[in-house]
Amino acid sequence: MGTVLLRHMLPGQKGVVTQVKAVGELGRRIRDMGIVPGTPLFVQGRAPLLDPVAIRVRNFTLTLRNNEADYIHVEVDETS
Amino acid sequence: MNNGNEQYLIALAGNPNCGKTTLFNAVTGARQHVGNYPGITVEKKEGFYQLNGSRLRLVDLPGTYSLTAYSLEELVARDFLVQERPEVVLNIVDACNLERNLYLTVQLLELGIPVVLVLNMVDAAESRGIEIDVEELSRRLQLPVVPTVARTGRGKDDLLSTAARMASEKRGWAPLHISYGPDIDPALDEMEKEIARLSFLTEALPSRWTALKYLEADEQVIAKGRETHPELSSRLEAIAARLTDHLQKTLESYPEAIIADHRYGFIAALLKGGVVTEKNKSDRLYLSDQIDRVLTNRLLGPVSMMLILYMVYQFTFNYSALPVQLVESAFSMLGNRMDALLPEGLIKSLIVSGIIDGVGGVIGFVPLILFMFFAIAFLEDTGYLARVAYMLDRVFRTFGLHGSSVMAFIISGGIAGGCAVPGVMATRTLRSSRERLATLLTAPFMNCGAKIPVFAMLIAAFFPKNRASMMFLLTLLSWMAALFLAKLIRITILKGPSTPFLLELPPYRLPTFKGLLIHTWERTWQYVQKAGTIILAISILFWALMTFPGLSEKKKVRFEEARQEILAGVPPELREMTARGAPEGQTIPAVVADARERILALDHEEAQTALKDSFAGRIGTAMESVSRWSGFDWRTNVALLSGFAAKEIIISTLGTAYSLGKVETGDDLSLSERLSNDPLWNPLKAFAVIVFIMLYAPCFATITCIIKESGAWKWGVFSMVFNTSVAFLIAVLVYQGGRWLGLGT
Ligand SMILES: Nc1nc2c(ncn2[C@@H]2O[C@H](COP(=O)(O)OP(=O)(O)O)[C@@H](O)[C@H]2O)c(=O)[nH]1
Repeated sequence: MGTVLLRHMLPGQKGVVTQVKAVGELGRRIRDMGIVPGTPLFVQGRAPLLDPVAIRVRNFTLTLRNNEADYIHVEVDETS
Repeated sequence: MNNGNEQYLIALAGNPNCGKTTLFNAVTGARQHVGNYPGITVEKKEGFYQLNGSRLRLVDLPGTYSLTAYSLEELVARDFLVQERPEVVLNIVDACNLERNLYLTVQLLELGIPVVLVLNMVDAAESRGIEIDVEELSRRLQLPVVPTVARTGRGKDDLLSTAARMASEKRGWAPLHISYGPDIDPALDEMEKEIARLSFLTEALPSRWTALKYLEADEQVIAKGRETHPELSSRLEAIAARLTDHLQKTLESYPEAIIADHRYGFIAALLKGGVVTEKNKSDRLYLSDQIDRVLTNRLLGPVSMMLILYMVYQFTFNYSALPVQLVESAFSMLGNRMDALLPEGLIKSLIVSGIIDGVGGVIGFVPLILFMFFAIAFLEDTGYLARVAYMLDRVFRTFGLHGSSVMAFIISGGIAGGCAVPGVMATRTLRSSRERLATLLTAPFMNCGAKIPVFAMLIAAFFPKNRASMMFLLTLLSWMAALFLAKLIRITILKGPSTPFLLELPPYRLPTFKGLLIHTWERTWQYVQKAGTIILAISILFWALMTFPGLSEKKKVRFEEARQEILAGVPPELREMTARGAPEGQTIPAVVADARERILALDHEEAQTALKDSFAGRIGTAMESVSRWSGFDWRTNVALLSGFAAKEIIISTLGTAYSLGKVETGDDLSLSERLSNDPLWNPLKAFAVIVFIMLYAPCFATITCIIKESGAWKWGVFSMVFNTSVAFLIAVLVYQGGRWLGLGT
């Protein structure tokens, strides 16, 4: 329960990736950076203009634009 | 082990920020060579290392996250591995970040190339409480694993002897087979069998790998396949299409995605069961994250960014001011020496105005470039540059650029007084090609240090009351022009969606001084080598344009006669003094002073006539029919033409064109006065000229860099034609618009 798009997650929220809908180059880049279904992530913050978003995955910090985050579905950990 | 004089090829591969460059420097030291991969702008670094009589040739591949065919870096890395077939690949991985780093490793293993895993940054991992069981990892991967700290050189010797040992074994390629699940595996087997049976591409590529690439829809491999064996290729494509269709229906997924999932699954299994243990598993904030709390904060972030960028700018231009001055005065001293030494004539003019000024122009940039690259290398290696891109991306993306574009703009003169040569070179930090090209084409619109004195002179002449606000307005205008023209370029000739951003923010790290120096030096040296020759040639060309064909004999005679006439008016005993000048300390009689002044004026007039008669002057005069739309007369045209060579020459050419003799930058009051009293000039024309100078073709040093950085002549030509057209159009708009409003009289 509680799947949202990464774009809509708030700083501090945790979750697990359920789906990556991007295809082509973007899809490949997202996977290259270690985001595949089952990957836990944590929203670290947002840039001063609220875009891009910075997330913590697999022990490093990744930033991506909101329109790229739109392809990533996350099951949010409600307790976070 | 070997007879001692073997040479082995060893490639370094790894993710960006894994410490690859640091390791490469630690091994090869200064014995390295930087070049480009044939035909493209990706840097290729090579170095040698002597070990027990065998010679290791190390090649640093571009940092990549993967071996797909999307970015230039990845293609370069992959092609090198496949075509050059190095004996060993040193795959450098960041020990703090193993999971993601091993994704590249898995792809190297799928290719089958012999790999030594270099577990770098073990010091950082230790301090974060990450423990790695090296032996177990090595056993599971069946590869040598060597822990290192590239910064200090720890583990380096162990690594090199391991690499040399492995290289001397001359292992064949042994592709790793992993399972990609019940849907992919059967298709893969079927394809692999076909490929092996027909020996399709197998001279270079393992058959399973080729099959995998067909499933991953890899453009490069498929294109090559279609060429070599169209029939088989289309059969393989059909299998891949069938599978894609099936996966779409059943799992709403793609083969590529499922393959990636299984690679990560393989990695997870590899690291399970105590290979990696993290002691403080909590989301503890490390120092780096704490710094980011401030440096990327909503309010403090932008403020500190402006401060830091301003400091970079100050550092680049202030600290380089003295060396730049030294270089310049050295060259002007040399020029004066030659001036005094050589007999009057063409040879002297060529050596002094063509060669010495030209070489001086090239070398004069060197201190600037040195400091700029040092500053950028520092920001890049500490990890701050990535934060800048992160914070500014939203703004620059609006104009089709990238967050990292800001660096190039600022260095080029975004804070008035920069220089487009290092600015264009600063675009190297941009990895997305369209954004990078758009940045390097528009950065020269900024107000560089060579345009400023020209502006200052014109402002002093026509807007003396609002000097500061005029300068500010011009800075604003140049930013607007650059951003809007970037947008224009991105929706026309460089059309296309923005390259995915997906940027890693590496932890803040202190770079090594040696690393910074090597970085700085190699880039600067590249500039001197490549730009030097072209700029010298161009400056000689411009010298010729402004010198030939020279005055006709008839005119020369007329000037000589006029001079003699003046001399004749002076009493005979004073003629010698009039011609040569008074000896030191002697007072000059009024007649002599008067005659000398008239002769000087005559000299200036002769220089002016010679300029008007030169090829450049003729071009300038011929252009009047077009340039009158923007209000430029032949004198302005010639000066602008000379500005193609270097913008600071505009002032001295204007000086000659207005018979003022040689006007040096800075000492241009007389020119300013002359122009403000000239009936052909008025504030409106001055403003049109300023706008034109701001926007028109970059100087040749910059064009050379554009060509070099973009890897294509056409972009150099483009920036000349496009910028000049835009500049002219806007100058005409300003001039005609102003006239229509009744200004400029
Ligand atoms: N603590 C630590 N820092 C390192 C190590 N190796 C490299 N670094 C630092 O990591 C940063 C990035 O290294 P660099 O060699 O430029 O990475 P590259 O992008 O892979 O070439 C630099 O600031 C280095 O000084 C290491 O083993 N330990």
